[in-house]
Amino acid sequence: MIDFGFGLSRSSAVRLDEVDLTLYRKLEKLEPGVRTCMSCGSCTATCTAGPWSGMSVRKVILDLQRERASAEGHGEVRKMLSACMLCGKCSMVCPRGINTRHLILSLCRIYEEKK
Amino acid sequence: MDSQTVLIIGGGVAGMEAARQLRLLGCEPVIVEKSDHLGGHVAGWHKLFPDMLSASSLIERMSESLDGITVYLKTQVASMNRLKDGFSVMLTNGTGLLCRAVLIASGFRLFEASRKEEYGYGVYDRVITNSDLEYWFNTGEDDRIPDNLSNIAFVHCVGSRDLKAGNPQCSKVCCMTAVKQAIEMKERFPDAEIWCFYMDLRLFGKKYEDFYINAQRDYGVHFVRGRVSEVSEDIDGRVILKAEDTLAGRQVKLKADLLVLMAGMLCNEDTAGLASMVRAEVDSDGFLRSRDNIFRINESSRPGIFFAGACTGTKTVPETVAEARAAALDIRNYLNGND
Repeated sequence: MIDFGFGLSRSSAVRLDEVDLTLYRKLEKLEPGVRTCMSCGSCTATCTAGPWSGMSVRKVILDLQRERASAEGHGEVRKMLSACMLCGKCSMVCPRGINTRHLILSLCRIYEEKK
Repeated sequence: MDSQTVLIIGGGVAGMEAARQLRLLGCEPVIVEKSDHLGGHVAGWHKLFPDMLSASSLIERMSESLDGITVYLKTQVASMNRLKDGFSVMLTNGTGLLCRAVLIASGFRLFEASRKEEYGYGVYDRVITNSDLEYWFNTGEDDRIPDNLSNIAFVHCVGSRDLKAGNPQCSKVCCMTAVKQAIEMKERFPDAEIWCFYMDLRLFGKKYEDFYINAQRDYGVHFVRGRVSEVSEDIDGRVILKAEDTLAGRQVKLKADLLVLMAGMLCNEDTAGLASMVRAEVDSDGFLRSRDNIFRINESSRPGIFFAGACTGTKTVPETVAEARAAALDIRNYLNGND
């Protein structure tokens, strides 16, 4: 077939009803506080690693809730987690009292299991 | 005129409570209600936040307290003329009456959801409003709601904060209503995923934030920040919503079995007509204009004309009840010559 240089690109829209929430559900069990995140961004704003690494607990949670989970896991999320120094400042500022430090550790543990 | 008669226009929560209080204060209230029942919109609701009080039991209790008070149902005000120290009123049922003061408690109307054409209310089978859902809670009758639901979507701000739809105001109670109804639906359909699409969550009242946290923590309701831009119908009858998740910065789509539109509150159509009969004014937001919005909300700019409830702006039930009591006291003081 002649290649005219046109193609169909995959839609970048997230299909909410088809999102694979397996990872998120696992995390919910280990750290139920994750459900109460209201995306205020306090954690991201206070994150020591954030400005240099792109680490954002808010984004990590939202990515788990929205992303289509692939077999190899969330590259972006893993990259963010690897920058965390577990200083716990995000736990201190969270207005909903989410134990974000435990949340991050739990998520790392889930990824370890997947390896 | 030494009459103590006070005409109350509207037999909803505001009118009923004002009538009860006015009688306790020694006045003779007369209620005129255009529909065939007392209780207004609240009579059609199922449960009231934040205590989940049964709306019908509240209306029943309030109706009982009106025993002996003249109530004209299916009646409207045909004309109202100002006399030297009162009003001469003619009702559509042919009754004429003289009264010293008039309380306008004509309430609100729901935004007509079909006007937001992009949401397909009245076009697609699976699209209902907040009011339809309350009706279904009460009666279990609605063909648009299937037996099995796996995804239920709520869209906030339908006809509110929408300049183009003609209502730039926030309707104030819909955010809380959506959270309440989301929880009620999750209780009925525990396996369903519930999605609330909001622009801002405006949950301002007592215990509202608790409802929000409960919805997230105990019921796992998903909150997506972004206004649904359009809804289309799929071949299987379900609806597909399109929105941007503005926190993730990504377009999202959702195939839902049921879409609930949170229709906002507007001033009742006939209220402006009523106001013009006694030269009370309509404010820039389409609701009636109070003398001021801080200290004299219950008073119009004209002597003897008072307001209570949602005719001056969107109100919750407790706010409306409180205003009705305040208006009753204002009227009593006015009749006593103490302003």
